[in-house]
Amino acid sequence: MTTLFDQLTARGRVALGLFALALLAVPFFADGYLISVITLVLWFAYVGQAWNVMMGFAGQLSLGHSLYVGLGAYASAALFVHFGVGPWAGVWLGMLAATLAGAIIGTLGFRFAIRGVHFALLTIAFAEFTRIAFDHIGWLGGSGGFFLPVGDAAGANPFDLRGSPALFYYVILALTFGALALCRRLLHSRIGYFWLAIREDQEAAQAVGIDVFRAKLIAVMISAAMTSLGGVFYAFFYNNLFPEQIFSVGRSIELILAPVIGGIGTLFGPIFGAFILTPLAELVTWGVESAGLDMPGIKQIFYGLALVAIVVYRPEGVWPWVARHLRLVHQPGDQPSHRAGDRP
Amino acid sequence: MTTLLEVDNLSKQFRGLRAVSNVSFSVPEGAIVALIGPNGAGKTTTFNLIAGVMPPNEGEVRLAGRRLTGLRPDQVCAAGVGRTFQLVKPFGDLSVEDNVLVGALHRRPRIADARRHAVQVLELLELGPKRHQIARGLTLPERKRLEVARALATEPRILLLDEVMAGLRPTETDRLVEVLRDLNRDTGMTILLIEHVMRAVMALSSRVVVLDHGVRISEGAPAEVVADPKVIEVYLGSALESGEEGSGP
Ligand SMILES: Nc1ncnc2c1ncn2[C@@H]1O[C@H](COP(=O)(O)OP(=O)(O)OP(=O)(O)O)[C@@H](O)[C@H]1O
Ligand SMILES: [Mg+2]
Repeated sequence: MTTLFDQLTARGRVALGLFALALLAVPFFADGYLISVITLVLWFAYVGQAWNVMMGFAGQLSLGHSLYVGLGAYASAALFVHFGVGPWAGVWLGMLAATLAGAIIGTLGFRFAIRGVHFALLTIAFAEFTRIAFDHIGWLGGSGGFFLPVGDAAGANPFDLRGSPALFYYVILALTFGALALCRRLLHSRIGYFWLAIREDQEAAQAVGIDVFRAKLIAVMISAAMTSLGGVFYAFFYNNLFPEQIFSVGRSIELILAPVIGGIGTLFGPIFGAFILTPLAELVTWGVESAGLDMPGIKQIFYGLALVAIVVYRPEGVWPWVARHLRLVHQPGDQPSHRAGDRP
Repeated sequence: MTTLLEVDNLSKQFRGLRAVSNVSFSVPEGAIVALIGPNGAGKTTTFNLIAGVMPPNEGEVRLAGRRLTGLRPDQVCAAGVGRTFQLVKPFGDLSVEDNVLVGALHRRPRIADARRHAVQVLELLELGPKRHQIARGLTLPERKRLEVARALATEPRILLLDEVMAGLRPTETDRLVEVLRDLNRDTGMTILLIEHVMRAVMALSSRVVVLDHGVRISEGAPAEVVADPKVIEVYLGSALESGEEGSGP
């Protein structure tokens, strides 16, 4: 823990501390709507962080992460609805299913040297197959949807993850901070350095003795397991699951926007990106609606524009730029312990 | 001296082209051997065959009697072969220190231990002052030395160096020659180096192997090899070719 934030300047630490305090205090001052928006923001931050392990650290592009969300969601929901088993036990099944799926995709892709765009297409294909399969599983509601009994919104039953918005809020907040801490640890571990090496140059990584197949497989499995937790949360938060939505390619794209905009491969990028993007998207939607216009695809159009703007103006993401300009992080050469590879 | 690396009747064909043709040679433990030859002679291909980047069509490579052929590059590294790339492949976004750290982590799983080792290797290659820089910001000669440092950090039994002197000024070449000679003398590191810079070849190697069109045409002590008529012919030929290109219409 002592090294958790050693990249941050004193100013950066203060900013982070205030930010964390503000997040902890949200349910005490915010109304239901604001809590739900920030819950959504944190959800995207969390899942973005999970995706970042694969893409940002190990350099493997997945455009099918909705698969792991869906598997986590359906596995835990099925246990709850059919067997009365709560989500804290269900997460294990969800993680198992997602990790297994990740292992299969990774084995196929990496064994047969499917790289880059082709690997990304493989991840999409798997999410699509699974969507179609779930459309036909009657036991899980098929294409008609799978529904969880709605809980008592006033109470709090943390064991079944049934309760007030504040309960959900704190759960996702804990997940977000947990993922941040885990990623930070991973990045400073042996496997983390191996991932960075593979991301930078796979052939050179292999030449210094890295078993790239194994290292990439581990990245996919960890990323999948983390993402599936987001799926469990999703199931119990929304109480309804439709294969069309949860496994959709559109959802996979939506999941990666926060890290892409915040900064791929950075620790705070996914969080920062989510806090920029989701509220802006809400604002745009609200603006369009209150202007009396009927534009169903407006959010997607906004995402598209945001993506274009980033790719053109800040390809490394917004966070590294902001952090540099506000002096929240140490610059290369500032400090003897600075390590360039683990961007904060 | 015992033999460390044996290259035994190695051949590699790329479609119609025989890039390496029944090449055999060996590197004694603790020696510095040079592999020379004109452009396209098959030197880098020979390295790639040794390092497990691609399988040979025939022949095999052994390290201290153990067969390397058929192993993956990371397994060849684990067996004790460190290699550099002619077209340098730094981990561009990582710091110089982290580049070498990744190499050191191979045999030293603990980060602190590996980092300490990496810093030592960087000092040895005179990259100490640059260690917090991002690797992509280094000059080409520095990146060449980074290649050597990273390979050396894996603590190999033999170091394969592919044209690490190319593009260096004469003083820089002499400096690197000194570093490699010290490394060989102080630690007994065995080195196989591909080199066009004859000044470095003459200064460092105890034996020279000459390839041309994938075939080994000569082998011996440096002084013998440069006096070999077959070698002179090959080098004159390529010198003439490039001369003609230069004065072409
Ligand atoms: N992967 C490959 N596929 C097809 N042909 C190749 C491949 N690698 C090398 N070659 C060819 O094999 C021959 C030998 O190439 P190699 O790179 O081994 O030469 P070299 O001796 O290292 O030359 P140089 O001094 O220019 O580096 C060349 O004609 C080259 O074009
Ligand atoms: Mg070459």
